[in-house]
Amino acid sequence: MFSRAYKMVVTVPPLLWVTVFLLVPYLLMFCYTFWSVSPAQTIVHSWDLKNYKELLQKTVYWQTLLRSMWIAARVMLFSLLLGYPLAYFLSFYAGKRKDLLYQMVIIPLWVSYLVRAYAWKTILGSDGVLNTLLQYVHLTRHPLDFLLYSPFAVVLTLTHIYTPFTFLPIYAALEHIPRNLVEASHDLGATPAQTFWKIIFPLSIPGVVAGATFAFVLSLGDFLAPLLLGGPSGIMISNIVVSLFGAAYNWPLGAAISLGMLVIVVSLLFLSERLEKRWSFS
Amino acid sequence: MELLVSAATSNTPRSHWLLVHAVAVFSFLYLPIAVLILYSFNGQGVGGFPPHHLTLDWYRILFADGPIWDSVLNSLQVAFAAMAISLTLGIPAALALDRAQFPGKALFRRLVLLPLILPGIITGLSLLMLFNVMGTKLSLMTIVLGHGTALISVATTEVFAGLQKLDRAQEEASLDLGANYWQTFWRVTVPNLKLPIIGAALLIFTLSMDEIAVSFFLIGRDNTLPLEIWGRLRRGITPEINAVSTIIFVFSLVTIVVWYRLRMQAEGSADVGADLIETGAPGKS
Repeated sequence: MFSRAYKMVVTVPPLLWVTVFLLVPYLLMFCYTFWSVSPAQTIVHSWDLKNYKELLQKTVYWQTLLRSMWIAARVMLFSLLLGYPLAYFLSFYAGKRKDLLYQMVIIPLWVSYLVRAYAWKTILGSDGVLNTLLQYVHLTRHPLDFLLYSPFAVVLTLTHIYTPFTFLPIYAALEHIPRNLVEASHDLGATPAQTFWKIIFPLSIPGVVAGATFAFVLSLGDFLAPLLLGGPSGIMISNIVVSLFGAAYNWPLGAAISLGMLVIVVSLLFLSERLEKRWSFS
Repeated sequence: MELLVSAATSNTPRSHWLLVHAVAVFSFLYLPIAVLILYSFNGQGVGGFPPHHLTLDWYRILFADGPIWDSVLNSLQVAFAAMAISLTLGIPAALALDRAQFPGKALFRRLVLLPLILPGIITGLSLLMLFNVMGTKLSLMTIVLGHGTALISVATTEVFAGLQKLDRAQEEASLDLGANYWQTFWRVTVPNLKLPIIGAALLIFTLSMDEIAVSFFLIGRDNTLPLEIWGRLRRGITPEINAVSTIIFVFSLVTIVVWYRLRMQAEGSADVGADLIETGAPGKS
C-alpha cells in the first residue's frame, strides 16, 4: 500500500541522523580508547592498547566500578521492594481510585531529577531538616553526620528517583494479567498466598525484570547524585570519567572507561531481554 | 491518606499491610517535594526545624535575579528546538518502523531507543567527542542537537504506539480516492495521531527542560536552567533554588493536568508516558 518513495522518505532522514549523531559518536568513542594524550596536552592518534592496560592494572578503577555496581544493586533492590507491593496494591486493591493513585506515582517524575537530589541534600545535611528535627524533639543531641556525603545518601536519593520507574513496568505487567486466571485459582481452592506465588508473581516477572534493569542501569551511570550527596566515600565510576574529561584531561582513558560502561549496559539489556522473553506467557 | 483508606476495598490482613506500605511509599515519594516547597517560604534559609519567619522574600529575590531568567529563556529555546528536531525525525522513524522493511532495521530500532535507557553521561560524552573532532564550538546549539537526538526515542515510541492502534483502512481509502501520500499524511495520518504527537511533544519539552546529564558535557558559554542551578549548588544553597523549583513544579503539574483532561476526553484513559516506559523498557525495545 505504501510506495517505495514513501518508504524512502520516512526511512532515510532518521536513518542518516541516527547514523551521524548516535552511531558515529559511539564508534568515535571506540577509536578514542586507542589514542593517548601527549605531554603538551594534545590528543595523539597512536592506536595502541595502553589505556586498556592501565584499566586492567590499576585497582582504583575496579574498586570504583564494584562500588558503583553495589550502589546500583541496592537501588534496584529497594526500588523493587517499594515499587512491587505498591503496583500490586494499585492493580488489585485500589478499586475506583486506581487511576488517580497511578497519576500520583507519576507526578514526582515531573520534578526535575536535580531538584529532587537537592531536596534530599537539604533534608540530610548536618544542619538540614532531619537533623534539626531530631534535635528539636531531643532524640539526638548532635547532628548525625553519616546521613549526608555517604553512599547511604546516594542510595536513598537514587531509590527515590527510580522507584516510579520500577513501578511502571511492574504495574503494566500486573494490569495485563487476565483476571479470570486469578478467579479460577480462587475457585479451585487456592489460598490468596498460593494464588499470588503461583499465578500473579510468575506472570509479573517480565515487568520486574524491566523495572530492575531500569533502576540498575540508570543508577550505575549516575554522576550527579554522587557529586552532590556522595562525598569521598560515595564516588562512582562516572565521577572518574567526568574528572578525566575535565581537570585530569585524559579523554582517551575516559573514553575507555565509558566504553566499558556501554558494554556492561548493553549486555545487561540483552540479558534482561532474554529473561523477559523466557518469562512472558504469550 | 483518606484517599488510600477508601481505596482498599477488601478488609483482609493482606490488603491492610499493602495499604500501610502504599502510604509509606507515597510519603517517601512526596516528602522531598513537600520540604522543597515549604522551605521556599522559610526566612531562615534552607534547613532548620521548625521552619519559621515565613516570607515571600526568596520569590522577590528570584524575580530580580537576571542570570536565572536568562537561563530559563535559554532552556525554553533549547526545549522548543529539541522538540522540533525530535518530532521531525521521530515521527518518520515511527512510520518507517511500522511500514518499511530495510536492511539494518533491527539495529536502527535499537539505536533510536538506546538513549532512553542509556545513562546520560554516555550520550553526552560520545557527542562531545563528535563535536570535538568536527571542530564544532560548544554552545546552546550543541545542547539542542544532544537533546534533539536523545529524545527522538520519545517521539518514536509514543507515535509508534499510536500507529499500532491506527486503522489503516482510512489511509487506504484516502489513497484510493486519489489523494497523494503527502495529502494523506497531513489529512489522515497526522489527525489520527494527534494525541500521541501532543503527548510526545509535552514529554520532550519537559524532559529537555529538566535534562542535565547530557547538557553537562555539551555546555558552552550560556547556561540552561538546570546547569545554572547546578552551578549555584556548588557555591552554596539558598531558598531561592527552592523558589524556582517550586515554580517549575507548579508549571509541570498544570501541564500534566491539562494533558490528563485532554486525554480523558479523547479516549477515557490517561497513561501519559506509560508507552514510553513499556516500549522503552528493554525486551520490548
